[in-house]
Amino acid sequence: MRAYLSYFRLRFITCLQYRAAAWAGIATQLFFGFVYIMVYMAFYESGSAELPMELPQLITYIWLMQSLLSLVSMFYKDEDIFSLVRTGNIAYELARPKNLYFMWYFKIIGDRLAKVLLRFVPFIIFLLILPVPYRISLPASLPHFLIFIATMTAGSLLMTTIITLYPIITMHTLSEKGIVGIIIAFAEILSGIVVPIPFFPKFLQVISKCLPFQYVSDLPFRIYVGNIGINDGLYGLLIQIIWIFIMGTLGYILMHKSLKKVVVQGG
Amino acid sequence: MSYIEVNHITKSFKVAKKKSGLKEAFKSFFKRDYKIVEAVKDISFSIEKGEIVGYIGPNGAGKSTTIKILSGILTPNSGKCKVGKMTPWLDRKEYVRKIGVVFGQRSQLWWDIPAEDTFDLLKDIYDIPEERYLKTKEELVEKLNLKDIINVPVRQLSLGQRMRCEIAASLLHEPDILFLDEPTIGLDAISKQLVRDFIKRINKEKKTTIILTTHDMSDIDALAKRIILIGKGQVLYDGSLQKLKNNYANKKYIKVNTKDAINIKMKGVLKKVKEKDGYAFIIDSKQLNISDFLNVISKQVQIEDVEIDNENLDNMIVNLYEDLKI
Repeated sequence: MRAYLSYFRLRFITCLQYRAAAWAGIATQLFFGFVYIMVYMAFYESGSAELPMELPQLITYIWLMQSLLSLVSMFYKDEDIFSLVRTGNIAYELARPKNLYFMWYFKIIGDRLAKVLLRFVPFIIFLLILPVPYRISLPASLPHFLIFIATMTAGSLLMTTIITLYPIITMHTLSEKGIVGIIIAFAEILSGIVVPIPFFPKFLQVISKCLPFQYVSDLPFRIYVGNIGINDGLYGLLIQIIWIFIMGTLGYILMHKSLKKVVVQGG
Repeated sequence: MSYIEVNHITKSFKVAKKKSGLKEAFKSFFKRDYKIVEAVKDISFSIEKGEIVGYIGPNGAGKSTTIKILSGILTPNSGKCKVGKMTPWLDRKEYVRKIGVVFGQRSQLWWDIPAEDTFDLLKDIYDIPEERYLKTKEELVEKLNLKDIINVPVRQLSLGQRMRCEIAASLLHEPDILFLDEPTIGLDAISKQLVRDFIKRINKEKKTTIILTTHDMSDIDALAKRIILIGKGQVLYDGSLQKLKNNYANKKYIKVNTKDAINIKMKGVLKKVKEKDGYAFIIDSKQLNISDFLNVISKQVQIEDVEIDNENLDNMIVNLYEDLKI
């Protein structure tokens, strides 16, 4: 366990080296947040159809998304692990007395967590002092907030089990483009990052319910804003845990299968 | 029973065959041909504890593949290998605690942060107790002269400095066996010397078994008493370097510059090649004395210049590769 924590520490140190990247990240996320909010505001003003979320809820949903993006995004282009596979540096990883699956798992979650921790505080302070229509709301209630924390934690763990699959698939395809790219695109959409799940057409909502992606971020965010009740929230937490188990086992087995026929590229 | 026993190891890879050109690329998009490349074929050898073995052969001979099998990274198609009581690829997690690996063309250090941070990570990965870690680190820093470079982000180090850090990183857990895959690649003369001296020293002081692949024959000359020569995936020679030298060192290259034609048939002349401004000969100095040879020639023709090349290890290896057709 110490070794895995050590990975996290090192990722954190690495991220601290790039201050400019942290500020640029904040700026980008603010920009996207405002764009999304303005689009939805126009949509709400003109629309007469029944809308699944109230506007302040939606605005808070969007800000949560932007401030925690690194922890929930299905998009993963981190050179670190992919290049291990592509260039053959995986040789060094395999020469370590540790389980490769967990090494990668902790590298990824360490990286993601480090990015959020570096940006989160200034970002949230800024969001709390914004003028009213744009300001982030407080959680619906204390119980909602507590379940939000629990489901957010489980969601991050679930996100990591999914992302760890990408480099494992790359061990077969030898390039992170192609199949992994397609999976990323689907995962982004089905996790509610592009459009929140309640805005999906009915049939897509049914499909999405059977997949793990919406449990990463959509569930905790909607609990926070009160769009999902306490009981449904607890039920969601249970489903999250089941998915963590399923995706984790899948990744673990796949990895150990591919390790038997691993090819070290580049001599 | 030796410390490292390798028996009839074979490893082959499936490689997609592709020809160049748009048409071929388009074809292979729909139908792919594969061919099986045998990287190593039926390799066997054994190594004792505390030995330094030079593992040599031309590019693509299967050196790195063997190292990767021996360090538990690759699983061979067939064959057996025992190191101590363990099989590298089956007991990988336990086994790799006892070995250190340096791949000269790769890096295990984190690019953006100082080497010392990577060392700390390795300490946790190998569960090295704090005291022993500090002691080993101090020792390595002193011997490899790392004091000033260990706190600099790795991306700012020169190749030689980085390689010294890489070697230190591989030895923090005090392994019993050290695999060095081209550790001096791209280093200047001073760095090479430093690395070599260090390798010798740890072999002597810690009785570390060292297996070293290289293309730099002076590495082998300086370090290894025993060499294993491999070509096209097979072991071609396994024995002392001295013996190999004795077999090949009596070949001399003599270049004779002349405008006349030379006709010579003597015992001991192994090869005659016509060149632009003369002839090149390879003679066996055991059978034919050089001065006798020159005597005969000087009677025949007008010699403008003579060059006698003393066999060095590099030439010897080139020769050896030629003779063995690898």
